[in-house]
Amino acid sequence: MAGVYVVVEHDQGQLAPSAGEALTAARRLSDHLNEPVIAVVIGEATTEFVSLCEEHGIPKAVSVLDPQIVDYGPELWGQAMAELFSLTEARVVMATGTDRGNEILAQASARAQIPFVANCINAEFSGAWELTRMQWGGSLLEDVTLDTSSLFISYAHHSVEAEPLAAASATQIESIEMNLDPVLCRSLVQDRVTLSEGTTLSTAAVVVSGGRGVGSAEGFASLEALAGLLSGKVGCSRAVTNNGWRSHADQVGQTGTRIAPDIYIACGISGAIQHWVGAMASKNILAINTDPEANMVTKAGYAVIADLHEVVPAIIAEIERRRGNSTST
Amino acid sequence: MRILVCVKRVPAPGSRINVTPDSLNVDTNHLGFTTSPHEECAVEEAAQIVEQHGGGVTVLTVGPSEAEEQLRYAASVGATAFVLVSNDTGIDWDPQQTADAIIESIAELEADQGQFDLILFGNESADSGGHQVGIRVAVALGRPAVNGIKGIEVGVQGVTARREVDGGYEVYSLEIPAVLGVKEGINLPRYPTMKGRLASKKAEISARETQVAPGAQQRRRLHQPEETVIETEILGTSSDAAPKIVDLLEELGVL
Ligand SMILES: Cc1cc2nc3c(=O)[nH]c(=O)nc-3n(C[C@H](O)[C@H](O)[C@H](O)COP(=O)(O)OP(=O)(O)OC[C@H]3O[C@@H](n4cnc5c(N)ncnc54)[C@H](O)[C@@H]3O)c2cc1C
Repeated sequence: MAGVYVVVEHDQGQLAPSAGEALTAARRLSDHLNEPVIAVVIGEATTEFVSLCEEHGIPKAVSVLDPQIVDYGPELWGQAMAELFSLTEARVVMATGTDRGNEILAQASARAQIPFVANCINAEFSGAWELTRMQWGGSLLEDVTLDTSSLFISYAHHSVEAEPLAAASATQIESIEMNLDPVLCRSLVQDRVTLSEGTTLSTAAVVVSGGRGVGSAEGFASLEALAGLLSGKVGCSRAVTNNGWRSHADQVGQTGTRIAPDIYIACGISGAIQHWVGAMASKNILAINTDPEANMVTKAGYAVIADLHEVVPAIIAEIERRRGNSTST
Repeated sequence: MRILVCVKRVPAPGSRINVTPDSLNVDTNHLGFTTSPHEECAVEEAAQIVEQHGGGVTVLTVGPSEAEEQLRYAASVGATAFVLVSNDTGIDWDPQQTADAIIESIAELEADQGQFDLILFGNESADSGGHQVGIRVAVALGRPAVNGIKGIEVGVQGVTARREVDGGYEVYSLEIPAVLGVKEGINLPRYPTMKGRLASKKAEISARETQVAPGAQQRRRLHQPEETVIETEILGTSSDAAPKIVDLLEELGVL
């Protein structure tokens, strides 16, 4: 049993933003275990994939080939990783804990009958595995141990920063042809639909969010206006989606979207832990709340303790006043 | 359509999740409990499908005997049969053990009443979030499984399922029987009606005992992530704060 095999996620050849993260985490684990790291691509090794491996100094990569792999499919990809695991006698199979990363590892580990520990932030082995993983979307950590030698591990998305090496080195690509069970093609992606081009809630530089304090669906008009002036997106809390005031697509939090804007303006949101984990990656937070003790206020860098129905229109008026001044001068 | 929905009872913490003195569990002394949100939506989705296409919704939970509360809640929002697989050890089983308990129950339920067309799980449980129980069950049953589902349409041959990705969705079309991991947002769960509350009182819960093999994954400790304590700068206590706020926005370069 040897080798840290890391799944490099891609969609129809296009590398996932998390790909560099996965390789960085794999290099660290490989150093710790003193075993080689092998990058894995399901499908053809694109030039983009090869250069990423080279930037990370990965000596060897594997391209898993089967003419049936025409697109993503959880079962087909899972089976491919399970077969690769037994073929290579891998010690560790890992990925970044994205939706797909966790899905592939769950499928693969179930097929290989090996434990899988999801969303780890640390993994060590000294006679037994000692891992720290996220619970509650990261609001709580859990230390677990496993007495096994081989393990499937995902690293929590964004828990490792991608660190390419200063100097790239060549990666040798080995192709492995497989003959996967055709039945598994039943869960391949059939079609794709794009709903919004460009920035989304998760990539917006400014997010203006409202909570129960907004009071109604109509109450969001001023938040919409402010977000518009700042070229941002509107978000909300689960209290708001539960009331049917906004669509769930706008929900920030553990069971909604995780955001990382330059500034998060949280209006009438108490800052429950499940909301906070979705917002905590924001670079700056401005809380507008009538309650100075609200969790959102005490955790924010900036706060205004007042009624959002007065403050938000006043911000809009001030921005418009300054813009009016600058165009007239 | 015969649908099985597997749900988990979880605590509903507020601004902080406290742990017990032995560090092995969430301190639930002052907390209420709820159905893990993704699964609450899975129950709603199953109820809607059955309203449209006929059939029944069985809800199964693995947990302490108190999880009866979540099964009764499911009864109040449209589910028709209830199974509690009890784990009274005081600590969650690991993902493989949980999957094993569910696989065993499904085998018995299906031998008794016929195959489930659809088995729905939450994408991941709100608390432990192992991201694998539903998939382990599907693999053991040899059925197709897709996670991250935010839309299900029942057709003649099978189901079309939409999976959320940033900026859009992927479409899967699966023959039944199939297993799906559902995410919150697929629907807006209904509130119980008067009639629902009555159904909830009358619901018959079938309790199951099971022996699971020792788990590979042992919990050692729950603890808080490191927190950076921040000094909050109060910009004002009325709309007079607006100029200071706009100064800040200019400073951050977002205006
Ligand atoms: C498993 C689980 C998962 C969850 N996932 C999520 C999630 O993904 N996202 C999420 O948001 N929540 C989530 N929740 C729910 C979460 O626990 C809270 O219930 C929710 O975030 C509260 O929303 P809120 O802050 O809008 O409402 P409240 O907690 O009611 O807070 C309203 C706030 O508005 C302030 N306010 C009222 N009026 C005004 C006014 N006129 N001007 C200014 N301030 C005012 C109040 O002081 C208060 O702070 C989850 C819960 C559970 C159990």
